[in-house]
Amino acid sequence: MAAADTAVAKPPRAGLRVPLGGEALTRGVSLTWLSVIVLIPIAAVVSRSLDEGFAEFWAAISEPEAWAAIKLTVISSLIVVAINAVMGTLIAWVLVRDEFRGKGVVNSLIDLPFALPTIVAGLTLLALYGSDSPIGVEAAYTKVAVVLALLFVTLPFVVRAVQPVLMEIDEEMEEAAASLGAPNHRIFRSIILPNLTPAVIAGCALAFARAIGEFGSLVLLTGNIPFDTQVASVYIFGRIESDNVTGAAAVSVLLLAISVAILFALNLFGRWRSRHERG
Amino acid sequence: MSEADARVLRGGSRVGTRSVWGRWGLRGVALFYLAALLIVPVGMIFYEAFKDGLGPPIEAITSPDGLHAFWLTLVCVGIAVPLNTVFGVITAIVLVRHRFRGKAVVNSLIDLPFAISPVVIGLALILIYGQDGWVGGTLEEWGIQVIFSTPGMVLATIFVSLPFVVREVMPVLQEIGTDQEQAAETLGASRWQTFWRVTLPAIRWGVAYGVVLATARALGEFGAVSVVSGKISGQTETLPLFVENEYTNFNLAGAYAAAILLAILALIVLFSMNLLRRNPEVEEGAAVFDPAATNVTEKEA
Repeated sequence: MAAADTAVAKPPRAGLRVPLGGEALTRGVSLTWLSVIVLIPIAAVVSRSLDEGFAEFWAAISEPEAWAAIKLTVISSLIVVAINAVMGTLIAWVLVRDEFRGKGVVNSLIDLPFALPTIVAGLTLLALYGSDSPIGVEAAYTKVAVVLALLFVTLPFVVRAVQPVLMEIDEEMEEAAASLGAPNHRIFRSIILPNLTPAVIAGCALAFARAIGEFGSLVLLTGNIPFDTQVASVYIFGRIESDNVTGAAAVSVLLLAISVAILFALNLFGRWRSRHERG
Repeated sequence: MSEADARVLRGGSRVGTRSVWGRWGLRGVALFYLAALLIVPVGMIFYEAFKDGLGPPIEAITSPDGLHAFWLTLVCVGIAVPLNTVFGVITAIVLVRHRFRGKAVVNSLIDLPFAISPVVIGLALILIYGQDGWVGGTLEEWGIQVIFSTPGMVLATIFVSLPFVVREVMPVLQEIGTDQEQAAETLGASRWQTFWRVTLPAIRWGVAYGVVLATARALGEFGAVSVVSGKISGQTETLPLFVENEYTNFNLAGAYAAAILLAILALIVLFSMNLLRRNPEVEEGAAVFDPAATNVTEKEA
């Protein structure tokens, strides 16, 4: 363990002491917990997917049913992210700049998709857009249902990323632009949008990561038809049930790689942004 | 609503507020979208559950399988959330107050459970604790069954709800700094005393917010728990699994009843989030995990 020698290289900042036992002990406890719960299980998936060599891994991913599921997942996630970028920004705008009765309630409801279990989310959409839809819109068991479910579960990301930024934007710039005769769309494009873009990108990345792996809300709503409405996570679930662990692990690692890449990019982006803002 | 947006709202000559049509148009589009996607569908399950009166949903929930599912959900939450709270606070302290090589990597790894598909989490646990897994065979010899049994479901719940407390406590720790802790130490407090009397009271609202979010996630987890549960009715079924099972067995009353029970719990969570967010010590909009937020160090002194 490198814990011991990094503890020696303790920073010179005074009083940086840990309350619980020694530094190395606390760190050890925390890292062990993380490893046992998260890291070792994930390492098992990666190792299993490569057990039979890279050729087998590639064969498992490029198998037609798997590939169809991956394609559907990525394309619908991209559609969902695009809709979120527009609608999320618009909703954030209305929540910050508009005023109407019940706004506080609407604002709290934005977080509902985070709090609501995904299986319940699927059931709610099924109740409205299912086979005996009370409004006559039957989207269940089609690709539209996939997009609908993903829109539901990713709703808060862009809204909650954009909202605080919108609150902090200096209104004087807009007022100055308006008094110089700039039309609304021009003010939006040249002043507001550039300020919002980093937040929109961050929100979209999180929404994409979430959409790629979504499972619970899709199970009941999409019918899970292979080559049609079966997404990657449902495909993995099916392979596990039929004891084809190699196939399940290969597609899992692909999803894992996408999520990790997004997290990594966001971290870099976040660091760059906070340095940029401070400077 | 914070004072900041109330102030923003009072402003006059900004975009969108100058044209009445523009404002009504935007508001209409936003509210229609939210109604079609969120509000009406959620309302529908309440209507569906209660349309034949209170009898059927209550009957479904108080059936032996329903009650067992509720109990098992409480067990998973009751183990996962306290463990994640204790280890979450420790991890937050390590990530904020310690310096060590690889800290940035560990910091990013905390977010993995947010980004990984629940089904992949389930698969990962099977590969470790399943019959042919890394330790599953040995454990079975000792008579411990993890997969298709409660321990596996608890492990899945811990995995998915792991980041919340860490992520809510980290910014608070960064903000409070170490001055008071140093003062306590100068006055002769032991590390343990300093933690209980100085650090913990200072971070308590962050901890509370993290616990609320972790509880919500733990209550509703479906995918990961579903993979490791084997879905045995009355044995390895939590409430979300019960919803699916009832629905696929065409017992809609039961599915809707369990769903609204979960929805009500979600609304309680939402309500507590709102209460906690009014507290100035809790970060606004902290519900959305934002890797950038944990990098912010300077606020106000």
